[in-house]
Amino acid sequence: MIRFESITKTYPDGTVAVDSLDLEAPSGQITVLVGPSGCGKTTSLRMINRMIEPTSGRIWLDDRDTGRIPAAELRRGIGYVIQHAGLFPHRTIIDNVATVPYLLGWDKKKARTRAAELLEQVGLPAHFAKRYPAQLSGGQQQRVGVARALAADPPVMLMDEPFSAVDPVVRDQLQDEFLRLQSELGKTIVFVTHDIDEAIKLGDQVAVLRVGGRLAQLATPAELLNRPVDAFVAGFVGRDRGYRALAFSTAGRLSTREEPTVRLGAPVPAGTDDADGWLLVVNDADEPQGWLKLGESGADGEVVTDAMLHRGGTLAHQGGSLRAALDAALSSPSGRGVVVEEDGRLAGSLTASEVLALIENPLPQPEPQP
Amino acid sequence: MILADSSSSSSPLHFWGYFLDHRAEDLRWLWDHTYLSLIPVVIGLVIALPLGWLSRRYGWLYPPMVSISGLLYTIPSIALFVMVPPLLGLKSLDPLQVPIALTVYSVALLVRVVADGLASVPEDVAQAATAVGYKRLSLLFRVELPIAVPVIAAGLRVATVSNVSMVAIAGTIGQENLGRLFDQGKQLSTTGPYYPPIVLGIVLCVLLALTFDLLIVFGTRMLTPWRRAVVGR
Amino acid sequence: MIGDVLTWLNDPAHWRDTRVDKGIPTQLQTHITFTLIALAIALALALPLGLFIGHTGRLTFLVTAANALRALPTVGVLVLLTVIISPHFHGRTDLGFVIPTEIVLVFLAVPPILSNTYAGVQNVSAAARDAAAGMGMTGTQVLRKVELPCSLPLIFSGFRSATLQVIATATVASYVTLGGLGAFIYDGLQQQDFPQMIGGGVLVALLALLADLLLATIQRYAVSRGISGRFSTKSVIPADAATAQVRTAEASTV
Repeated sequence: MIRFESITKTYPDGTVAVDSLDLEAPSGQITVLVGPSGCGKTTSLRMINRMIEPTSGRIWLDDRDTGRIPAAELRRGIGYVIQHAGLFPHRTIIDNVATVPYLLGWDKKKARTRAAELLEQVGLPAHFAKRYPAQLSGGQQQRVGVARALAADPPVMLMDEPFSAVDPVVRDQLQDEFLRLQSELGKTIVFVTHDIDEAIKLGDQVAVLRVGGRLAQLATPAELLNRPVDAFVAGFVGRDRGYRALAFSTAGRLSTREEPTVRLGAPVPAGTDDADGWLLVVNDADEPQGWLKLGESGADGEVVTDAMLHRGGTLAHQGGSLRAALDAALSSPSGRGVVVEEDGRLAGSLTASEVLALIENPLPQPEPQP
Repeated sequence: MILADSSSSSSPLHFWGYFLDHRAEDLRWLWDHTYLSLIPVVIGLVIALPLGWLSRRYGWLYPPMVSISGLLYTIPSIALFVMVPPLLGLKSLDPLQVPIALTVYSVALLVRVVADGLASVPEDVAQAATAVGYKRLSLLFRVELPIAVPVIAAGLRVATVSNVSMVAIAGTIGQENLGRLFDQGKQLSTTGPYYPPIVLGIVLCVLLALTFDLLIVFGTRMLTPWRRAVVGR
Repeated sequence: MIGDVLTWLNDPAHWRDTRVDKGIPTQLQTHITFTLIALAIALALALPLGLFIGHTGRLTFLVTAANALRALPTVGVLVLLTVIISPHFHGRTDLGFVIPTEIVLVFLAVPPILSNTYAGVQNVSAAARDAAAGMGMTGTQVLRKVELPCSLPLIFSGFRSATLQVIATATVASYVTLGGLGAFIYDGLQQQDFPQMIGGGVLVALLALLADLLLATIQRYAVSRGISGRFSTKSVIPADAATAQVRTAEASTV
């Protein structure tokens, strides 16, 4: 647990970066600090490991006052990931990862074994160990940055815009893997970003800061989207927040209708002159592949091939969010959203108006697990 | 050989009096020193521009060009001075040995500077200029060279300032320039220190170097008005 | 003329010391000794100072001041210091000439080492420094383990340039009656023995080239491949997608 106790940071020129901030980052959870530039989010983060000293107030790490722990010692016990990874260009990847173990005086073999494990854990192949940072792409460097922060298995991690410098596709991938890793490791994480979508995707709780370093709202992502405390937070959270909030409401078990299907490689059925002429195509494992428009391609009795399919609809998972279900319906060429089971087999279909009905009359939600 | 006037003081501060006493000779040396420092840089730039452009245009030329110029720059000036005459079939202590050697240095330094300066032109600027219809040569003279001026000017400053010092070294092997003042000071100090010519030489050399430096800085400002345009009008 | 120079260089008599004249090996040794002393002092002064200025960002005016020294004509300063210092030494000692020479050589060698070390430390990426401190390195650890190794290429280039200038100017030391390879040049000049003068020049040039080659070799092994960029050519950078399985969350397409 990290606790800010009326922390203020004033710079010599009089700028107030952080103004009597009280905040608690619970153990084992991701707390995201988000806000426009100049809101003091990075300053707040850097005060935790004393890269910046607060002007007044205290920061507690569990029951220890960080101001009383020697800075170097404190930092060795806290993982630190920054925007451009900050890898050491003169050291190989494995030695970069082993930096903190070396600093802690581990013997070389043990440190390297640990580093190799971590490389695997963050999804980098073993032969990267002997390379240098300059030989890696930005996304790969950032993975190394995360591995390096984890090397001495610190209970706490500070992450300052770690995924901002990579392209959107890679960023999405890194975020997903970061969540997977966190579900295994359960670190206490403070994460800084300027990107509200990232905050909502990653945070267990999100702290929105306003310029001048004041806390505007501390809430779970769903609460933030549904009940922003004021116009600033509402404006910062953005336009589509109603739609985005759906990502946090689970639909429960969706009652879907049965959808007639045809298998890839089977002949196009002749008589199924269904109302709209759209027919769902599945493969041998019963996984949806795309839609076939009857009467459009080929004569009756022709074999269904990949080339005939209309793709582009997204899939909703049984037990997934309402947002995914609505998106599946809206993006489907037939207007019917395809729902699949956890294992990918077809469950059935659902129209947009059926999803909207669910939104208006939500099913009783199961109690969230504490 | 000039002998110290019995009337003149040997104090270092007497250098101005020394200059007045030997004005004709000192001014001749100052003039010699000036053109010996300057002409090699001018010729060097004229030679280095096409070479630098070529090694920028044809990438494979760059590494050998840099290696050769680095190698030439490695040779100490005094060694190059004495090696130039036999290599070019001049007689020893030919007055051309100094300007030729200094031209070699200037070319060696400036080839790389020109290539790096042209490389400092942002790729999108060059492409935009090509897109609006500049042909290759006008692109070079109207777009690339002007943008490269600050980098090339920095190279010119290094070349001229170090030339002033190297010309003085040539004075120790009998070439006529301000370096002779040091030789005089040394000869006149056999019985006791006699500072005026030495101090005068140092002062004139530093003034010369500073003047060149200021002229180049001023010229750069004239050639790159856009760098000043940033702060209001 | 070139033939005469080669003859002079080949003459075994010039490779031995005689009662009046020192041979090439002795003068070479003297030249190298002058050079090494000056470089050692300059390095001991400029390297820590440059690291300090680069690391702390304080006293940067010293770098500017050192660079301004380059406008001084080295021969002039050498003659001036000799004239000032040598009268204080009497008898069978060279010190009156050695001290001013070494001072000038050190003054020459300090600016390139100092400004390159400073620039080298300044150029270390801010992210790498921030990460180093953030992981719990102390100030000196950041300097020793990150800033110094990362600035080695620039430090080496400064040191190489200092070495060349010192070798060149140590030659001029012979002009104020000291030994070293310059003795052949100035003796040759005085005796109108041009093969000897040119031969001296050739020897100085060779010494400079060899010294630079030696330093380039040391640099090759001292600087991390991660910085010099000499990676094995086999390693091709694969795209990010290849390294991580693309996870199909809710967004696979139909």
